[in-house]
Amino acid sequence: MQNPILEVRDLSVHYRGAPAPAVNKVSFTLGRERLGIVGESGSGKSTVGRALMRLLPTADITASRARFEDVDLLTASEREMLKVRGARMSMILQDPKFSLNPIRRCGDQVAEAYRTHVKCSRAVARAQAIAMLEAVQIRDADRVYALYPHEVSGGMGQRIMIAMMLLTNPDLVIADEPTSALDVTVRLQVLKILDDLVAERGIGLIMISHDLNLVRNFCDRVLIMYAGRVVETLKADELDLAQHPYTRGLIAAQPRIGGSRAPLPVLERDPAWLKETGL
Amino acid sequence: MKPISIRDMSIRFGAVTVLPKVSFDVAEGECFGLVGESGSGKSTILRCASLLLDTWSGEARIGGTSVREMSPADRCRTLQMVFQDPYGSLHPRHSVRTVLSEPLKIHHFDDHAARLEQAMIDVGLPVAFLDRYPHQLSGGQRQRVAIARALIVEPDVLFLDEPTSALDVSVQAEIINLLVRLQAEKGFTYVMVSHDLAVIDHMCDRFAVMKLGEIVEILPRSAIVGNQATHPYARELIGASLSYENAL
Repeated sequence: MQNPILEVRDLSVHYRGAPAPAVNKVSFTLGRERLGIVGESGSGKSTVGRALMRLLPTADITASRARFEDVDLLTASEREMLKVRGARMSMILQDPKFSLNPIRRCGDQVAEAYRTHVKCSRAVARAQAIAMLEAVQIRDADRVYALYPHEVSGGMGQRIMIAMMLLTNPDLVIADEPTSALDVTVRLQVLKILDDLVAERGIGLIMISHDLNLVRNFCDRVLIMYAGRVVETLKADELDLAQHPYTRGLIAAQPRIGGSRAPLPVLERDPAWLKETGL
Repeated sequence: MKPISIRDMSIRFGAVTVLPKVSFDVAEGECFGLVGESGSGKSTILRCASLLLDTWSGEARIGGTSVREMSPADRCRTLQMVFQDPYGSLHPRHSVRTVLSEPLKIHHFDDHAARLEQAMIDVGLPVAFLDRYPHQLSGGQRQRVAIARALIVEPDVLFLDEPTSALDVSVQAEIINLLVRLQAEKGFTYVMVSHDLAVIDHMCDRFAVMKLGEIVEILPRSAIVGNQATHPYARELIGASLSYENAL
């Protein structure tokens, strides 16, 4: 791959006190594309995202290579990471209700994210924040700027989070279940906005999700994780051609509109999956 | 085994009217779905009908008897509820045995040991799990315990409040299969709240689309595939779910 944004080889994360590593020898490279990471809860997908942002101070992270552009994520000091985190690499979290500061105005929080990384006056940051709120299709951005998080709906809160994370023009965005707290009707809008902005600005996107439909529609490539390992890597539009029994099991277990009402096939877990690695 | 009839159910929390006036009927042995965006009052209907909230007006009848006229014991024998989050609905310091014995004691059932065993078999858990605590169980196993707790008093009606939305797809399939099998075996009447139309389509016969506390349309399951809803919001909701699934 030419000029990858992110190169990860043999990434392992071990939480202290846990018997087994949460992430076990995960490797992938990311260009200016949308990569999905899917798996069940506990498969280590969010841990991968957090490890890349170096947000796991108490876990042991090892890798033979973990490079984000010119930054070596393994050796960079915390001071260097502060310049990277939120500026060149940012993370959108699952639930805006818990990720926004409840006692500060939404707009101020967006502007603060900008002022942390760009030296400018408050007025400039405010203008930038409002422009960004408009870019995520918030009508009447001036009014929303002054609202507190409890005064906005979930969909709007998530758009504010997206605005905050894209304002500094990062090269890599990690979206950790960005829409699972939202209703179906709003979910598509928010994904569309995120997708358009990512495409427009040529941002590399890692979309962490448990939802196969979502990654199928909004990603180029998909990593499937099971028990901390990548068991299979697929093009998103070839998800139906998956070979690994785990991936096939996940797809089959999903009820479908208009599908038959026969009992859903239940995933049979094979202990051998714990040993193999895909790719 | 008993039909449900809800008439003019209405509730306000302070200045906010959560349910203006809701009426619907569920036939015996039917699985009826409630869908709508968050805050539309789906769960509130279940909480009102089960008298977890009792400041509402209107009437809810199960098998012809108003829930308000039933004694608490009768009401609990008639209807049981399964909640969304199995991590929050089981007492962390009560073993499965304690959780399941409690309703048997309250309702003066005989032969506890055999009933406990049967409940575990019904929900597909090993009988040895009776002595486990919730933290020793996975999410899917906990939801099975929650279902067993509801089943053990032999109710007629089960209220399911998003029974699978906290679970992974693979585990969701197990729980859905379990609920479908139990309904076939025991003939329960289900009212199920869900935001996932694929789950509704798989389990329910009819469903109501809710918006801002009102039922905007009641549709048969067959209306989902071709989006035959007539109300604009119901069409939008079904449309969004269909396009989300478009990879079919």
